Amino acid sequence: MADETSPRQAALHEVVQDIPREGRCFEIEELSVAYAGKTALSGLNLYVPRHRVTAFIGPSGCGKSTLLRAFNRLHDLNDDVDRQGRIMLEGQEIHAPEVDVADLRRRVGMVFQTPNPFPMSIYENVAFGLRLQAALPKRRRDEVIEWALESAALWDEVKHRLHDSALSLSGGQQQRLVIARTLAVQPEVLLLDEPASALDPISTLKIEELIRTLKSHLTLVLVTHNMQQAARVSDYTAFLEGGELIEYGATDTLFTNPRLARTENYITGRTDR
Amino acid sequence: MRKLLPRRRLLIEGPGAWLAAGGVALSLLMVLALLALIAGRGLAHFWPPDIEAVTLVSGERFAGQPVREQGLPGQASGSERLYRTGNRDLDGDQWRWVEVNAIDTRTTPEDLVIIERRRWGPFIGRLLRLEGPEAQWTASDGAALWRELEERMARVSQLRHERDALHNHRLEPLAEHVDDSAMSPSEEDELREIKARILALQDAMQRDHVVLESLSGQRLELSLEALIEVKRPNAMSLLAKLASWGEGVWRFLSEGPRAANTAGGVWPAIFGTVMMVLLMSVLVTPFGVLAAVYLNEVAPQGRLTRLVRIGVRNLAGVPSIVYGVFGLGVFVYGIGGSLDSLFFADELPSPTFGTGGLLWASLTLALLTLPVVIVATEEGLARIPDSQREGALALGATRSEALRRVVLPMAVPAMLTGVILAIARAAGEVAPLMLVGVAKLASQVPVDDEFPFIHLERKFMHLGYHIFDAGFHGGDVQAAMPLVYATALLLVLVIVVLNLTAILLRHTIRARHVVQAHR
Repeated sequence: MADETSPRQAALHEVVQDIPREGRCFEIEELSVAYAGKTALSGLNLYVPRHRVTAFIGPSGCGKSTLLRAFNRLHDLNDDVDRQGRIMLEGQEIHAPEVDVADLRRRVGMVFQTPNPFPMSIYENVAFGLRLQAALPKRRRDEVIEWALESAALWDEVKHRLHDSALSLSGGQQQRLVIARTLAVQPEVLLLDEPASALDPISTLKIEELIRTLKSHLTLVLVTHNMQQAARVSDYTAFLEGGELIEYGATDTLFTNPRLARTENYITGRTDR
Repeated sequence: MRKLLPRRRLLIEGPGAWLAAGGVALSLLMVLALLALIAGRGLAHFWPPDIEAVTLVSGERFAGQPVREQGLPGQASGSERLYRTGNRDLDGDQWRWVEVNAIDTRTTPEDLVIIERRRWGPFIGRLLRLEGPEAQWTASDGAALWRELEERMARVSQLRHERDALHNHRLEPLAEHVDDSAMSPSEEDELREIKARILALQDAMQRDHVVLESLSGQRLELSLEALIEVKRPNAMSLLAKLASWGEGVWRFLSEGPRAANTAGGVWPAIFGTVMMVLLMSVLVTPFGVLAAVYLNEVAPQGRLTRLVRIGVRNLAGVPSIVYGVFGLGVFVYGIGGSLDSLFFADELPSPTFGTGGLLWASLTLALLTLPVVIVATEEGLARIPDSQREGALALGATRSEALRRVVLPMAVPAMLTGVILAIARAAGEVAPLMLVGVAKLASQVPVDDEFPFIHLERKFMHLGYHIFDAGFHGGDVQAAMPLVYATALLLVLVIVVLNLTAILLRHTIRARHVVQAHR
């Protein structure tokens, strides 16, 4: 177990309050990421509790999306990204050589800012991840697809048009389809990168409801620019600025009674610092 | 609305807009004029014009089809007219310029005939008699003469068909077999029997004769075997002329050339062109797509990749004859020569693959069009948003799975665009082909019923080269010119059809991409 007296833990303790120490899904230690020589994250320490919704907030360029993309190693695709530090998923270092990146990404699903359904039928979109795994008999596959669409609260809207193009859906439906597609491969974690920023209010509401339902069996990490959204759906909120973790705590506390003036300025929309 | 500075408005309104629109109109007009010219001249060739019987002031008479009229050179008034008079064997030439002033009368008697012959070009004049072994018919028999002639000519073409079948399907295989091994007595008998039958058929074809007379009074006796078609354009109704036109077009499309490419059809050239372009597409697509995928998806995007990309783009500008030289040196002499010495050593010194042929021509053109396919495919790949790739990766796909299942299917329309551009470029290319395999006259098309059915080593005919050859290498340019126009029109049509096929294919694939078929 972690040493309470180490300087790192002391530093962590200063910014982190009320986060349950047990049931950690992700643990991040001294994570630094630099794009083409520019620092995006420096020396980050935090952990993400299991089966809760954790929101990352902060001004543009604060590194919250970078952090999210570090969770499923999507940075590996860029040649000029430099990463240091450790990310543990359920106690396992995700950068360890024995970790299969594709398998990691199956376990840590991700939903992007703009809906990105593949130009295929609705059915094929949800089946896409399944087809990458061991072959399932068709009936079992159909069951999983129905379950995934149910879980994403989309089944009733699309059950009669599963073989229509996914591109014929509305933006909100597309985003829920992408969530269903991700759920179909049964991930442990769902990363949501501003999932509702391109959607209308009704669709946003549906996504938020969905997030609250999904946390019963998933760990959710949400990046958002929308304070109200973070306040509405998340259990814990981390405030990042300039690539550093400024404050991290239970959402209620952080929004009603932030410890630091910087946090308060940001969440109340005051720009003078 | 934002107000543009006068200088910046110049091209969207006022004189600038007129100038721009004029540019478009001029370009369109030039394309239309070009098409109209080749279509008009090419298609008019098959129309049977009336034959005029001309009496000159001097009393001389001749018959011919008027071709065109022009002012007398160097004189203010008066003009001269060109007649196609045929009868090259009687008069020495089948064209005649006549001063219009020198013409006394012009009539179009119905009994004038124009006869396409296997030798000496057309005959124009009167048909006096048809002589069979048992009877003869003269012009005074009227309709009976023409009916009989038609029947007897059909008989000759039936006999010719029989002879050709015998020749191709029995004599040739036997002769080939005999070449390989000694002849057995039974085979000797068979060979003798076939030869005798062929000779008998040929004699039978010579049975009937026609006696012809030109307007100048010269007589000619010809066996029906020497005739291809007998027409009386002056007696034809408009409908009959239209039918004759359709028949002429069909024969142009379906027959081989005659008389050193200045007459007859262009079927082998159509076939060769299409075959070569298809083979080229099949060869260039995989290479181009693989290269584009490597450049865009696999290779690290650095200075070297950029250099390669610039290089590829510049290759598209290399003159095609340079590719021809390369193909001759590397494919024909290099690879073809080695293939010959390895596998066809017993045929040497006559080359099998070591000379120009369909395969080498297709490969050369594939090389020529490779940059086009690479560039088009790369542009298609670059247009696919990264979110699609990331979406696939985030579901646990490896990079190659994301490429295969998401990126490549989405890039198929772009690949087809590349192929379409490649076809458009390759089908019209003639210069490199002259070095690597096109023939003035190829007796066999590259596909037949003989194993292995597609003969990649054979030389082939090509519409583009046929235009060049018929127009500039034939003896009788006047006669070849309409054929040149017709062939040019056909080349344009062939390219349009090939392109349309590819465009339709792309359209279907695009449609399937947006809404996938029910399964």
